[in-house]
Amino acid sequence: MSSRQRTTLFLIAVAGLAPLFAWGFRNLPPMGDYRGPYGYAVTQVAVYERHATDVVNAINYDYRGFDTLGEEFILFASILGVLLLFRPSGDDHKGKKQAQVEDALPVSDTLRVGMQAMAGTMVIFGLYIAAHGQLTPGGGFQGGVILATVPLVVYLSGDVKTFEAIVSNPLTKLAECGGAGGYAIIGALAMLGGAHFLTNFLPLGKTGDLFSSGTIAVISVTVGVEVTGGFLVLMRSYLREIIEERLQGEE
Amino acid sequence: MLNYLAYAVAAWVFLWGLYGIVTSKNLVHQVVCLAILQTSTYVLLLAIGFKIGGTAPIFADIPVGTPVVDPLVQALMLTDVVVEATVAALLLSMVVKANEVAGTVDPEELRILMG
Amino acid sequence: MRLLQCVVLLLVAITAPGVVLSRDPKCQVVTLSFYGLICALMFFIFQAPDVALSQITIGAVMLPLMILLTLTKMRRQNLRREQEKKRR
Repeated sequence: MSSRQRTTLFLIAVAGLAPLFAWGFRNLPPMGDYRGPYGYAVTQVAVYERHATDVVNAINYDYRGFDTLGEEFILFASILGVLLLFRPSGDDHKGKKQAQVEDALPVSDTLRVGMQAMAGTMVIFGLYIAAHGQLTPGGGFQGGVILATVPLVVYLSGDVKTFEAIVSNPLTKLAECGGAGGYAIIGALAMLGGAHFLTNFLPLGKTGDLFSSGTIAVISVTVGVEVTGGFLVLMRSYLREIIEERLQGEE
Repeated sequence: MLNYLAYAVAAWVFLWGLYGIVTSKNLVHQVVCLAILQTSTYVLLLAIGFKIGGTAPIFADIPVGTPVVDPLVQALMLTDVVVEATVAALLLSMVVKANEVAGTVDPEELRILMG
Repeated sequence: MRLLQCVVLLLVAITAPGVVLSRDPKCQVVTLSFYGLICALMFFIFQAPDVALSQITIGAVMLPLMILLTLTKMRRQNLRREQEKKRR
């Protein structure tokens, strides 16, 4: 059917779907009137049971740690899928330079100096966010993504060679696989002592310390390592042909 | 009536995302509209977990027992954001492959080409 | 506080059609990044700082980056295809 017919059919469907939404939402409590018992229960006991002040991360990595394990493996599997789809095929054009990428992009001085200053700051900020997952908002995933955008900042400052060197480093693949496997291994280590999978078996420490709340901090750092490695591997798989052409052109 | 504004916004964003997917002429545009669709679930989850007068569920500087918003719904939303990024990554790589094989990213022309 | 939440919800409701109605992917990247920031602001106002951090990094940086990388790769493929057509 043509595009116009499809739009008309869709508008008819919306005319039926919107009242369905309204009817489905009619019995929900008004916004702000929170009645659920689980939220109250968790906020009363989480700080005392796990010595972690960030209740959201305590839920993510401890109370519902199994769901987060699944989420990390979703990330791993999708990056695996992207790598599979972009694997080098036999008919890559070798020795032909279609697109010229210079060693250093012509960027303005403001951008270059600003991005160089930002790169170091962002590394420290990403490490700080990833390490303080159990105390303040943040955690492994957020810190990992901040660290993964540091090569971009380096690229924006005009330094293409460093960006390609960071992104092509074999440590990124090791980080991604090690992070994903490390989470599962931490869960399995708990079983060595006879407890259930993913039990919090490390000493809990004092609330508010950096090394507190047992496995929550360790899992947070592991997730951060995996996410950083994963996104760098993703960037490289997109830019692989461009990087290889540049390296061949230099030979 | 303002109390139900969040639910109305969730449904509104959902329907706009759906409209974008249905009337799209470019596969990359479709992937972005899918991401917009997923953000409507964030609005709904936020509205369910919100408590008037509640603050963030981080007890680093407030005593345990102050009214906070629901932390469990926020944990769900964190997973949701990660899934949005991963789904978009995989779909975009499939769009690149479709362009390589068929030479176009217009869904209409792809349908005709593939038979 | 109620006024702030209503305002940010209306902002989200106005920006989402803006993203959908920008048909060219190159324009959509910018509007998507802006929409990610507005969503992060909404999370912040609704007292969800963890999710706001996630949304800023993913929705405003990583997702537009992946779209730009996709567009780059597709442009190179199209250039290569045109060069091969010219050779024949």
